[in-house]
Amino acid sequence: MNSRFEKKDNVLYLEITEEIDHHTTEKVRRLMDNEITRFMPRKIVFDFSKVSFMDSAGIGLLIGRYKLIKLLGGTAEIINTNKSIAKVLEMSGILKIIPIQNKENVG
Amino acid sequence: MKSRYDNEMELEFLSKSNNEAFARITVAAFAAQLDPTIEELADIKTAVSEAVTNCIIHGYESTEGLIKIKATLLKNEIEIEISDNGKGIENVELARKPLYTTKGDLERSGMGFTIMESFMDEVEIHSVLDIGTKVIMRKKIKKQEDVEENAEKNEEKNALIN
Ligand SMILES: Nc1ncnc2c1ncn2[C@@H]1O[C@H](COP(=O)(O)OP(=O)(O)OP(=O)(O)O)[C@@H](O)[C@H]1O
Ligand SMILES: [Mg+2]
Repeated sequence: MNSRFEKKDNVLYLEITEEIDHHTTEKVRRLMDNEITRFMPRKIVFDFSKVSFMDSAGIGLLIGRYKLIKLLGGTAEIINTNKSIAKVLEMSGILKIIPIQNKENVG
Repeated sequence: MKSRYDNEMELEFLSKSNNEAFARITVAAFAAQLDPTIEELADIKTAVSEAVTNCIIHGYESTEGLIKIKATLLKNEIEIEISDNGKGIENVELARKPLYTTKGDLERSGMGFTIMESFMDEVEIHSVLDIGTKVIMRKKIKKQEDVEENAEKNEEKNALIN
């Protein structure tokens, strides 16, 4: 996972660089939480441009991080999903709390 | 003599989480013989990942056990059987419900069976407490030639009717 913090708008970009399943979330979860508590951003943006696969483990991962950012008074967004990932996200109903933002780099 | 099945494969592996990717990629490679679309292949991969992960997290509760996959190709359909000898499901009807999970503490969302059901055509769940769980999923691959053939037939039909 790569991350980038933009001071200007206090946005933390979390770019996931592996397939998201039960195995990989164990590691990614810890990395994300470290970054979120380190930067205390106003918003986190999950960048899916490098994610080729995601199952329900990804839903749990996103909801968990959403709870953390909400606790800190911030919001969350998703960008750059492919078709099959969007399908899993839509089914879960998660997009009501973490919307997909179509344009890249909207802050 | 032609065998009963067009093709068949079996796979057995330990309930380690790094086998989740191995399992879905292997089944997808086998399913590729039916010439599915990228989207159909993604559906199969996701469904397999859900079932295998369930064996690891719920069936064996992260202890070591064996997971078995049997996949069969018959005409344009794939049947995938995924089973464990784990703790079993107490109430299958309840387990199928969206958002139902017994492991919310592990950040599970209870969407696994819902995803399997919507990405595959059919999902059967057989489970016996302390014996194990077997999930059987089927999906028809819609061949492009079939779609074209049907369109042609429809055209002929229409020509006859008109
Ligand atoms: N192989 C299995 N062995 C024992 N129990 C199972 C098995 N598969 C599923 N279950 C039970 O069925 C419930 C629902 O499964 P489902 O996959 O829909 O959700 P989940 O695994 O809890 O969460 P998610 O799949 O969204 O991460 C599980 O919480 C578990 O109690
Ligand atoms: Mg599951």
